[in-house]
Amino acid sequence: MSLEHTKEELDPISSSSTAENKEAATILQPDASTQLADPHHRYSRQELFAPLGKTGQNELARASVLIIGAGALGSSSAETLVRAGVGKVIIADRDYVEWSNLQRQQLFTEEDAAKRTPKAIAARDRLVQINSSVKIEAHIADVTADELGELARDVDLIMDATDNFETRLTINDISQKYNIPWIYGGCVGSYGITFTIVPGVTPCLQCLMESAPLGGDTCDTSGIIPPAVQMVVAHQTTEAIKLLSGNHDQLRGTLLSFDLWKNEQVSIKMNAARKPDCPSCGAHPTYPHLSHEGQSKSEVLCGRDTVQIRPAHRQKLDLQQTARRLQKLEQHEISVNPFLLSMTIDQGRRMVVFQDGRVMVHGTKDIAEARSLYHRYFG
Amino acid sequence: MELMINGKSRSVSPDVRTIEQLLQSLQLGEKRVIVEWNQQILQKEEHGTTMIESGDTLEIVHFVGGG
Repeated sequence: MSLEHTKEELDPISSSSTAENKEAATILQPDASTQLADPHHRYSRQELFAPLGKTGQNELARASVLIIGAGALGSSSAETLVRAGVGKVIIADRDYVEWSNLQRQQLFTEEDAAKRTPKAIAARDRLVQINSSVKIEAHIADVTADELGELARDVDLIMDATDNFETRLTINDISQKYNIPWIYGGCVGSYGITFTIVPGVTPCLQCLMESAPLGGDTCDTSGIIPPAVQMVVAHQTTEAIKLLSGNHDQLRGTLLSFDLWKNEQVSIKMNAARKPDCPSCGAHPTYPHLSHEGQSKSEVLCGRDTVQIRPAHRQKLDLQQTARRLQKLEQHEISVNPFLLSMTIDQGRRMVVFQDGRVMVHGTKDIAEARSLYHRYFG
Repeated sequence: MELMINGKSRSVSPDVRTIEQLLQSLQLGEKRVIVEWNQQILQKEEHGTTMIESGDTLEIVHFVGGG
């Protein structure tokens, strides 16, 4: 077996895209290919923007960004930063592409949904086509504290594109521990929210929310319109470009939320909200979400084709209210008794939720898949 | 009672006396929120004890997890 052949087997995606590039190069006119190779031409409209200029563009080219999540926010953030010429983009996601993603997750195609391609891989394939000069690293992973510690090594910024607060609070602790800024973003319906966290300068997410809420609205329970995603990402990526190009003095400094349908926008200055005794960013940090106790526990129940997920902190769920929230989803059958709520999902899968926040996902032994379903319906 | 909430004038029942009651009436009682009341950010513990009056200005942001 030739070396070339082995490489193709190991990494069919990168070699097939190389083949496509070769094919593309043969049909390009010499002038056009020169333009393709000239970074100053490629980024000319960005360099013309005075606050960035050539200096800012060179800074971007030296920067590394870690994007956690390749769903709606992750797709859009990654595309913007890759087009903008950030030097390296690392993207991690545990999920695969589904048809209900295509309405807003801009990197994916019908083929990705039909093949159930992992989102990280489908994202990488598209991003390589968009800008082959950016280093792109894709990880199919359920990102917990351990993985995040590895992935965040040597990055300049973490972009939040997750769908749950447990991961966000983990990102928050990693950010404080290794002094890496991160940009929170969230959206549901026509509403979005974002905040830029710079260690030592701004309050952190722990200062603002203390612990992860469970049972909030999610895109899978309350829907989402694509412009809400794009608006959050517009704010997140603008802040990212400011940070990575050395324009820290231009950062927004506010907690920003908007509702595009209700025509509202709110911006609250947050610098006074830093808590001196915060366990993540205070004088004596303990980084609670990096400890074993601070993380939810998932385990496959022996011989039962079931994964149990226990939240980090005991909850007291109002099961009737949770049932009302989930009943809007007509395709799911929901029943509730004083102790638990049961919901059918599909393909023989069912979720059972106990009052203390414990969830059993029946019909799978795959912990990542179970955690994905859990966050989809319980935030 | 007239309040300015998120840049819009809104009528609120006079039964609503505290920030906590206001959040409940806006169906935000269960959610994680940041409340700025007359340009002052309140701690969560202050929501139950801060009395609101007609003419107060509030900015209310709630956290969402979708992405």
